[in-house]
Amino acid sequence: MEGMEILNALAVFSNYVLVPALTYGSQLALGALGVTLIYGVLRFSNFAHGDTMAFGTMVVILFTWLFQSWGISFGPLPTALLALPFGILVCIALVLLSDKFVYRFYRRKKAAPVIFMIASMGVMFVMNGLVRFIISPKDIQFRDGERFIIKAREFKQMFGLDEGVAIKVTQGITVVIAIVVVIALFWFLNRTRTGKSMRAFSDNEDLALLSGINPDKVVMITWMIAAALATIAGTLYGLDKSFKAFTYFMLLLPIFASAIVGGLGSPLGAIAGGYLIAFTEIMLTYAYKKVAEYMVPGDEWEADSLMQLLSTDYKFAVSFMILLLVLLFRPTGIFKGKSV
Amino acid sequence: MSWMRNVICFSIMILMIVGVGYFQSWNVAWGIINLCLISAIMALGVNIQWGYAGLLNVGIMGFAALGGVAALLISVEPVPEAWAAGGWGTVLSLLIGAVTVVAAIFIYKGLPKGFLRTLIMLVVCIGGFLLMRSIFDPATEAIEKVNPASTGYLGGLGLPIILAWPVGGLLAAGAAWIVGKITLGLRSDYLAIATLGISEIIVALIKHEDWLTRGVKNVSGLPRPVPYEIDLQQASWFIEMTAKYGLDTTSFSSIFVKICYAALFAVVLLILIWFSEKALKSPWGRMMRAIRDNEVSANAMGKDVKARHLQVFILGSAIVGIAGAMLTTLDGQMTPVAYNPLRFTFVIWVMVIVGGSGNNWGAVLGGFLVWFCWVEAEPLGQWLMTALTSGMADDSGIKIHLLESAAHMRLMTMGIILLLVMRFSPRGILPEK
Repeated sequence: MEGMEILNALAVFSNYVLVPALTYGSQLALGALGVTLIYGVLRFSNFAHGDTMAFGTMVVILFTWLFQSWGISFGPLPTALLALPFGILVCIALVLLSDKFVYRFYRRKKAAPVIFMIASMGVMFVMNGLVRFIISPKDIQFRDGERFIIKAREFKQMFGLDEGVAIKVTQGITVVIAIVVVIALFWFLNRTRTGKSMRAFSDNEDLALLSGINPDKVVMITWMIAAALATIAGTLYGLDKSFKAFTYFMLLLPIFASAIVGGLGSPLGAIAGGYLIAFTEIMLTYAYKKVAEYMVPGDEWEADSLMQLLSTDYKFAVSFMILLLVLLFRPTGIFKGKSV
Repeated sequence: MSWMRNVICFSIMILMIVGVGYFQSWNVAWGIINLCLISAIMALGVNIQWGYAGLLNVGIMGFAALGGVAALLISVEPVPEAWAAGGWGTVLSLLIGAVTVVAAIFIYKGLPKGFLRTLIMLVVCIGGFLLMRSIFDPATEAIEKVNPASTGYLGGLGLPIILAWPVGGLLAAGAAWIVGKITLGLRSDYLAIATLGISEIIVALIKHEDWLTRGVKNVSGLPRPVPYEIDLQQASWFIEMTAKYGLDTTSFSSIFVKICYAALFAVVLLILIWFSEKALKSPWGRMMRAIRDNEVSANAMGKDVKARHLQVFILGSAIVGIAGAMLTTLDGQMTPVAYNPLRFTFVIWVMVIVGGSGNNWGAVLGGFLVWFCWVEAEPLGQWLMTALTSGMADDSGIKIHLLESAAHMRLMTMGIILLLVMRFSPRGILPEK
């Protein structure tokens, strides 16, 4: 029975910490990748990224509704996945428009990064307003198809445990898509000519320009990739939880934290940062009562408190405490980011 | 010439508000004026940080919220039962927390870098945290159990709320000192994101530490520094006055209260702007601008850049804290969920940029203009949408959606104003001299 106790504890831990943190971490990592790429090439922190995510997701939702009204579905998978490419395209179009009408002007003027950042606040307002205007600021559920890959009850029967692990379809999709997207992105950055020129531009702009890299093209590709990443991250988050304009704006905080903790400008760092933030957020705010009760030998023992380090109310605060610690002790992030 | 521009711009602004009074209602107009004055003070504080010194503080919401907490803690009556239940335990646990932090800092500075230092620091921090929690949790739980429907918190000092304005400034200044110590060494965009995060932490604390602020249960009915409408309506001098000028007693009483607030706020604004102008024109102000324009050479001239940055960060934040306390006083209640970064941080930024960073009068004008647009975007949007959709059938889905969405025009308006001003008049409406 001793072994079963530990397995039960592991099951509880997986169900409430491991699986949700992996999912949330993947969503943050995709968001942070977009922020970090823009920082690497355009050299500013894009405050509009959360709202770019919201805009892309909104378009995906609109297309999902359209497909649903036509009777198209994706079987057990959410229809939103079919709508995703369209969302990405429209989001890319909007982001390129914002570059043409806002950022390009400051690029020509070689404005300071701070000016770009304030301009991105303006873009943030406009995008946020657009989303509220088109789809309303309400909470929207757009998930359809099957709900679970494994239900808790099935899991218990399968392994003969008292505790089950439930894995939602949206959680499975999130992790799979995140892996595919990250592999594709790294292949693009490391193997293709355009990707290499992006990295060169990010490492040393002057040298890149001297060697004949077209800066406009690099900037355009960066925006396109960032918009695609934002739409994917936003859609996955919305499928997993729900869509709300304000929630997406607030996602900016953990996403920035992930990108900075990992080292701004470093794609690998953004991924590591995303998972680090997600795991610490969930692990510090999880009540370990049940896990501890299984772990402590003997049947009678009951924990007299929830064994929770921080109340769940402080989820957002956790990511920022980590951010502050990293900024204080290792300002360039875990993976050496750039400092402009 | 520049004062002519000031006069013209402010006259237009006043005309716009008078327009609202004339076409909408005077009650609305005075309501706008009150919030314009508070916004102007906040913008003044941010202008001191950004305009004088080039510090990008995106944590304005946090300092405004601290001002709100000051208003609460100064004005409401203390709850003796709650103090008896767990007040001193809470104080003791917070002291333990503070001692832990100080001890950790000393260890970090005193011991040589290495595994041993990390280990000792971890032991001190985790031990202190657990010890603090072991006293803090039961104490606050006991406080929150004291009559939770009406109190459930420690209450305040029961002093006149107007005292909260300077206290709010001090509270914000204290927080700014800590925040500044941590973040001012950072690069500009890290500073922005760090302050954004800290403001979120401050608001999270206010929302969830029920023993201090009642959290999301709100504290309403804060005492006022001005008379109540109901008392005015019964006061003989007020009835006589309204009768003399042929005004309606009931509706004028609410306008009169707003005018009283406006007078108080205007006094604060004038005092602050007088000091700001003096500071800007003093050697100190020139030094700040020298640091802003070229940090390296100012440093080479022997100016202590970091200390000056900290100083200006504290001053600006204190002004925001005063404004935050004033806002809570005006609302008459403390509602932690109302603190939203769009409204309390980013809109203030739009005010400073639009008005003209580096120019105090510009910040004030920006505060007035942007708040005016923020309020009036909704009725104007409604009017615009009604005009646009007038040709459509009444049951058309698009028409209904457009009319419903008109209320969200506000954020877009803010964004467009910000982008247009940055592009075509980057130094703002009233540029720095």
